[in-house]
Amino acid sequence: MRYVLKRVRRLVVVIFAVTLFTFLLVNVLPGDVAYDIAGQDASEEEVQAIRADLGLDRPVMIRYVEWLGDFVQGDWGRSFRTDESVAEAIWSRFPVSLELMLVAQVFALILAVPFGIFAAYRAGRTVDRTIATAGFMSLSVPSFMAAIILILVVSLNLGWLPTSEYEPLSAGLWANLRAFILPALAIALSEWVVLMRVLRADLIGVLQQDYISLARAKGLPVWHVILRHALKPASFSMITILGLQIGTLVGGSIIIESIFALPGVGRLLINAIYARDFIVVQGVVVFIAFAYVLVNFIVDLLYAVLDPRIRTERSDG
Amino acid sequence: MADPLLELTNVSTHFHSPAGRVRAVDGVSFSLKAGQTLGLVGESGSGKSVLARTIMGLLPSYAEIPEGSAISFDGHNLLTLDRKARRAISGPGIGMIFQDPMTSLNPVMKIGQQVYEGMRHHFGTSKRAGRERAIELLTEVGIPQPDVRVDQFPHQLSGGMRQRVAIAIALACEPKLLIADEPTTALDVTVQAGILDLLQREQRDRGMTMILITHDLGVVAGRCDNVAVMYAGGIVETGTTLSLFARTRMRYTQALLDSIPRLDRPPHERLQSIGGRPPNLIDPPAGCRFAPRCAHRNAHCDTDIPPITADEQDPSHRFACWNPRDPDAEASDKATGDAA
Repeated sequence: MRYVLKRVRRLVVVIFAVTLFTFLLVNVLPGDVAYDIAGQDASEEEVQAIRADLGLDRPVMIRYVEWLGDFVQGDWGRSFRTDESVAEAIWSRFPVSLELMLVAQVFALILAVPFGIFAAYRAGRTVDRTIATAGFMSLSVPSFMAAIILILVVSLNLGWLPTSEYEPLSAGLWANLRAFILPALAIALSEWVVLMRVLRADLIGVLQQDYISLARAKGLPVWHVILRHALKPASFSMITILGLQIGTLVGGSIIIESIFALPGVGRLLINAIYARDFIVVQGVVVFIAFAYVLVNFIVDLLYAVLDPRIRTERSDG
Repeated sequence: MADPLLELTNVSTHFHSPAGRVRAVDGVSFSLKAGQTLGLVGESGSGKSVLARTIMGLLPSYAEIPEGSAISFDGHNLLTLDRKARRAISGPGIGMIFQDPMTSLNPVMKIGQQVYEGMRHHFGTSKRAGRERAIELLTEVGIPQPDVRVDQFPHQLSGGMRQRVAIAIALACEPKLLIADEPTTALDVTVQAGILDLLQREQRDRGMTMILITHDLGVVAGRCDNVAVMYAGGIVETGTTLSLFARTRMRYTQALLDSIPRLDRPPHERLQSIGGRPPNLIDPPAGCRFAPRCAHRNAHCDTDIPPITADEQDPSHRFACWNPRDPDAEASDKATGDAA
């Protein structure tokens, strides 16, 4: 329990640092929001008025403290352009990015775990080399390229899946899920390789441990030894990578969401950048940072679930 | 009782390495009757552990067992059985205890589960019954608070306690043969005797057959019926413990005995060590493999491999030496030395 409290304290510190840095970065950037809002033909007085109206004429630190005050109370500000609440804008798009991330990671794990196990069990043999070659081919195709190829083959030639028809969950599970299959696959095709290689490397090390020999000396079948004895201690690095990947994807995938016209957080961010809607950009950046830290925090907690030694070590100190 | 439980015939284990073929075990033959204890003794690298792993079927993929080797256990040739039939023997047929209990227990699995999963697999024991049996076994091997320990993880136990758990794991499936591979080498001296006594007691109570592998002849004395001394992958002397200690023939065995500190020697006396190193097993010496380190070698030793010969008084005591020690002459020799 003390382990959890300690981690929560660290999380608060990280979030504070991230918000401050984002705020300074966004406000120090050249190109004032006020010019943007006022338009090209506006006079200097009009710009000043907008600036005063938005409170941009005051020192950065004061604005940060104000923004932080509002932020902790759940007020993320309003878009300069659409006057939409930033928090609402993010929260309405977040489920799309979350679903994309989940489906993509499920695909990545479905590919990574069995192939990682096979490759490790037959390390150095033909199976291992074939998987490695296929993996590096899959990894070296950029996700936008994979997306276009998938659309060409699966949607246009075979006609199995739609190219870009996002349906909300209320339209039915299958109607909703099927829009995510291709974009998730495009992401998973590069992510599974890293997971697979890391799992393979750790598993090869674990399979040489004495406790694996002991498990085999009990007369247990190979699959039992691998799944029950070796997989858990061999999955730490893979879970670390998985956490980083999830953290990146929770904030949305700008490229994939754009190609497949998915209304996720990534698209919100890229549109806000095009429109120079800085308060939205800041909200999204903070959100992504928050999600990233939170996911890795959960991964850290997961270590303790996987490895009993971490549990006792941390609670002692 | 007539048929031996375990019989090795000309067993070799070779490893393929970039430098060449390593003959880790080279033509080992012995047999073991049910209920007996065999001490397998030799220095590091003599092939004891590889032999244990060969019997247990735990060799890495780059190992090769040449044609002509046979391991017969309870009527089966372990080297020709298919995988499934071979696995059915590991556990209920042969159990094994490894050298280092710090690495031989799974760090992320509860102790109880590690004890009962073999029973679950071989006998279909339920989880609840398995846990009960695990507590009984932990009690039997002398672990305090077994009902608490059963749900703990290995890192919460000391080295000696972990080795007791490893013994409980090996005993769980009631094996006919127990192979203990240097079970006390990694432990504190203070707990070594306790572990050895436990093994001896279990062996006797269960009527188990046991192979006790050690580099310490002192461990073997009084605990084993028979002793086999290994050197450079082969057995160089074997016999009943009594005969082997009383009528040591092979020079290497004698050198091993001389390197043990003894209470009947003056204190602070310099211990005898064996000079030189064990031979390179990729390119072993042409004659007796101990010859380069032997103080009693003659020209014959360097060129021809000594055959296994039986002792004149006790034919079950056999040794491979061209220039064996004469136990009768040296025994009287020693007696006068002690008297002086």
